[in-house]
Amino acid sequence: MTIWKYGDDINTDMLFPGKYTYSCSTAEEIEPHLLEDLDPSFAKKVQKGDIIIAGKNFGCGSSREQPVVGLKAVGIQAVIAKSFARIFYRSAINQGLLLIESSNAVNAYKKGDSVKVQPEKGLIIINDKTFTFPTLPEEIIKIQAAGGLLPYTRKKLENRL
Amino acid sequence: MGLTFVEKILAQYAGEKSTIPGQIVTVKPDHLLTHDNTAAIIQKIDNELKNYGIYSSELPIIVLDHVIPAASEKTAINHKKIRDFVNTFKIKHFYDVGVGVCHQVVIEKGLALPGKLLLGSDSHTCSYGAVGAFSSGIDRTEAAALLLTGETWLKVPQSIKINIEQTTPKGVYAKDVILHIIGDITASGATYCSVEYHGAVDQFSIDDRFTITNMGVEMGAKNSVFFVDDITKTYLKSINITSSSYHPIQADADASYDQELNYDVSNVVPLVACPHTVDNVKPAEILSDIDIQQCLIGTCTNGRLSDLELAATILKGKHVHSSVRLLIIPASTQIFKDALKKGIISTLVDAGGIILPPGCGPCLGAHQGVLSPGERCLSTANRNFKGRMGSKDAEIYLASPATVAASALSGKITDPRKVMN
Repeated sequence: MTIWKYGDDINTDMLFPGKYTYSCSTAEEIEPHLLEDLDPSFAKKVQKGDIIIAGKNFGCGSSREQPVVGLKAVGIQAVIAKSFARIFYRSAINQGLLLIESSNAVNAYKKGDSVKVQPEKGLIIINDKTFTFPTLPEEIIKIQAAGGLLPYTRKKLENRL
Repeated sequence: MGLTFVEKILAQYAGEKSTIPGQIVTVKPDHLLTHDNTAAIIQKIDNELKNYGIYSSELPIIVLDHVIPAASEKTAINHKKIRDFVNTFKIKHFYDVGVGVCHQVVIEKGLALPGKLLLGSDSHTCSYGAVGAFSSGIDRTEAAALLLTGETWLKVPQSIKINIEQTTPKGVYAKDVILHIIGDITASGATYCSVEYHGAVDQFSIDDRFTITNMGVEMGAKNSVFFVDDITKTYLKSINITSSSYHPIQADADASYDQELNYDVSNVVPLVACPHTVDNVKPAEILSDIDIQQCLIGTCTNGRLSDLELAATILKGKHVHSSVRLLIIPASTQIFKDALKKGIISTLVDAGGIILPPGCGPCLGAHQGVLSPGERCLSTANRNFKGRMGSKDAEIYLASPATVAASALSGKITDPRKVMN
């Protein structure tokens, strides 16, 4: 498992360049361009279960959802950052990508450290140190439990009939 | 204890007496904005659309603006899919290629009104606070769900009160004011928050307010808002909206804010956001060594009549530098027509300006003026992220229409006060 470490203000153009916004929308089309202008090695080497650690304001900028769809599709286990931009955060809830806001964990992490995430317990374990993060509000847990916003919406529509 | 704007409007839409920051409410927005991304949105819900249809044909506003006219077979197919969807579901508010940039169209057509709640799958949906609406960006998936159900959840944000003090000096515009604020509070300084503008705001026209609220997301804000005043009412009257058709909402005097910030705008100078973040703000006058190859005046941030008029005042009777391409994009056809009538377009063309169709142009790097490695663009847009306008090895600088026009003449970043009488 690889831990990918990046800095502050990682924006949506770095995660997925705007020039592809209207030519790529499926996971297969998105994957080769993920983090293209930030870290060209990412798309080639990323593996299921990898974790991204970053600074403040991760995902700022556009409302395009390709970064979230792409990170989910390649199997990113969690993005741990000091803070997230709000549209990106919301989008991650909709796609079922785990985002964890924890400045303490980000500050503690050093290259080579082992990182484990236990979302159900609200825990991040870096080497032998444990960091807690708050569990989400009930409404959001319902969306996550359904597997994302679209499955949740389908359920809602079926129940109305 | 009183309520802030956002606490009040979200309470109203949730059917509650009041709300507090952190509370999650379910709301039914008045409108849902989508643009060229409508094709990708409806593709997600093909089956559901067949089985359940859409929530309401009044809810969606669809504006084709991002890649117009179509730049490739793929974008042409997307546009066609969207037109088919519009016809099938009898979408009431559809604006095809050439009407304008979506946010300009929403305001111009009177679809964003004081006290209304709009969501849109575009990050600059936050613009409509210019006329006292609550508006915020969402992603495509959420737009798909809203098309089907007409409702979503919102978390009530903390509020930031920005007090504007004094008036801007000559050569300093709304764009400089918002760059000054973002430079100060940083690109994440208002993350998750609702930003309210108070104080000496009567110096700002609706065009100015639009520029300021448009860039709210560049400091992380959920929404930004100016409260309704005579300037708002006069503007709405000019687009045939009577005051009986809207109900303004404003914060209570004793509302509680997470932060209160004061900005004396008499000290602001012409500013430029330097690569590659919007909060990397510097005075234009110290950047005079930086040469530029492309200038862009337009976009949802600064493509309005007053912006084009200001640029024309500076460019009149002159010609842009031989190494500069000056691209001009009126934010809507209405603005284009008004600018034609006033002789603004001929002044800009005489000065060497290239007029592009009302839309997003090269702002997001899809077409119509993308940058080569090593090139620099000075733009009136809202975002200067690495790679946004084409090559990742190009640089984007952001400034007011006056600074861009003055710089187009010299081929280097220029403080507009140097060329203004």
